Amino acid sequence: MIKKVLHAFKTIFKGLSLTMSHFFAARKSRKVIPISDKNYFAQNSGITTIQYPHQKLPVPELGRYQLDVEMDDCIVCDLCAKICPVDCIDIESIKATEAIGKTSDGTTKRLYAAKFDIDMAKCMYCGLCTIVCPTECIVMTDTYDRSMPDLKEMIYKFSDMTAEEAEEKRKALDKLNAERLAAKEAAMQQKT
Amino acid sequence: MNFYLTYVLVATALFAFTALFTLFALYSERKISAFIQDRLGPMEVGKYGTLQAFADIIKMLQKEFIIPTAADKILFILAPIVIFVSVYLGFAALPWAPGLVPASLNLGLFYIFAILSIETLGILMAGWGSNNKYALLGSMRSVAQMISYEIPAGIAVISVVMIAQSMNLQEVCIKQGILSSDSIYFLGVWEVKGVGGFLAWNIFQAPHLILAYIIYFIASLAECNRAPFDIPEAESELVGGFHVEYSGLRFAFIFLAEYSMMFLVGMIGVILFLGGWNSPLPNIGAVKLALWTSGIGWGIFWILIKTFAVVAVQIWIRWTLPRLRVDQLMSFCWKVLTPLAFLCMLISGLWRLGIMQ
Repeated sequence: MIKKVLHAFKTIFKGLSLTMSHFFAARKSRKVIPISDKNYFAQNSGITTIQYPHQKLPVPELGRYQLDVEMDDCIVCDLCAKICPVDCIDIESIKATEAIGKTSDGTTKRLYAAKFDIDMAKCMYCGLCTIVCPTECIVMTDTYDRSMPDLKEMIYKFSDMTAEEAEEKRKALDKLNAERLAAKEAAMQQKT
Repeated sequence: MNFYLTYVLVATALFAFTALFTLFALYSERKISAFIQDRLGPMEVGKYGTLQAFADIIKMLQKEFIIPTAADKILFILAPIVIFVSVYLGFAALPWAPGLVPASLNLGLFYIFAILSIETLGILMAGWGSNNKYALLGSMRSVAQMISYEIPAGIAVISVVMIAQSMNLQEVCIKQGILSSDSIYFLGVWEVKGVGGFLAWNIFQAPHLILAYIIYFIASLAECNRAPFDIPEAESELVGGFHVEYSGLRFAFIFLAEYSMMFLVGMIGVILFLGGWNSPLPNIGAVKLALWTSGIGWGIFWILIKTFAVVAVQIWIRWTLPRLRVDQLMSFCWKVLTPLAFLCMLISGLWRLGIMQ
């Protein structure tokens, strides 16, 4: 009985001293340093809370977060849309009548992107699109906190063409196609 | 006429104090628990979250009174009032400083214990009136626990009364310091009437009262339903116990009663065992520390400091120890605390007869 009481007091004292040591350790907070820092796992005492909107843990510049597309470098090859496991990328391309410029790595651009939508609400952050991209124009950025009041706003529109421009290009393409068809038919008729 | 004005003023001042203390305790409880768990606690409302408690109370005030359809309306509405008023009335007999006591009752201690028992009734009313199985279970547990723990607490207190020879809490306070008219002996041998300070406290006048204080402290934790004896509210089992169905201001009153109860039992313990409003600093030769730190202002200061320290320990224990099981709780009360309290009472009698002649 006495042994039991003594044991109870001993264990209570142990617990109380543990909480007390934490209470006094709370005088200092741990520093907000990136996980790459060699002291990251050395901070064992003190307050662990990161006051999120005020403090942020640094993340790598090319973290695996929100997608971003550099449209000037995009050749509208549609590879990213094809590899996407959840089909969150929606691309509509229009063939250009001639080469329309070069990307920063020297690839010739021959297609207009009338539509380049990425539905971030569907995205599962697998990063496959960034791997297949031949010009490395689609990348994952370090932006991870984007919340929208409307689900539609989660569809990011990257295409820099207006609807009129797209229509104009479509007409130009139709015209070219019609001319070519006409030329072809003329050639066929000449043969026969 | 002035007579009644004083009554109203004193009552208002006490109510204001309990309300302010509750807000303060709420904030400090959240902060202490946060620090113990390596968190920060409230940080957004005001600097370091200091206004958090006010924000909470404003939220409470705005909320709707919800009365469940199946509830016993009269009991349900009356219960928070009964709970709070019984605790609040307990403050009437507590001395704050030399000559400063709302009601100097000769049976002060007896009165407090009697009036605190009414809280049990309020809790049972709340649990029964809610017509909710969790509430009823919680209140049944609460009543069983509070009635059981009143026995060791009461007997531990009686052992002090035997030493102090008075139920008047003001008298008990006076007898633990330099203002005493009787002689005081530290551990029963050393005359310390002129020295005062912590040497004259009851727990040092008769060292077995340290054990009595521990018993009283544990029992008082159980009486105000604090962890590790919080099975009546056991959030994880009973979703809050007897106050599940309460909302808004009624819930605020139950909360107020709970925190006032913490302060009240802490203060009773301080008065009976830890010297009440007497200064802990002794007179050392020509350095009359005890004399310099006595008086009305100092009295209020010391009793507040001591009680806050006790409340802090209550909070500290709450965030350390896990909850006891019902049967452990009961066997601990009846098989350990009650016999020890009787032992204390016996030693008190012998001490009074043999040593304090």
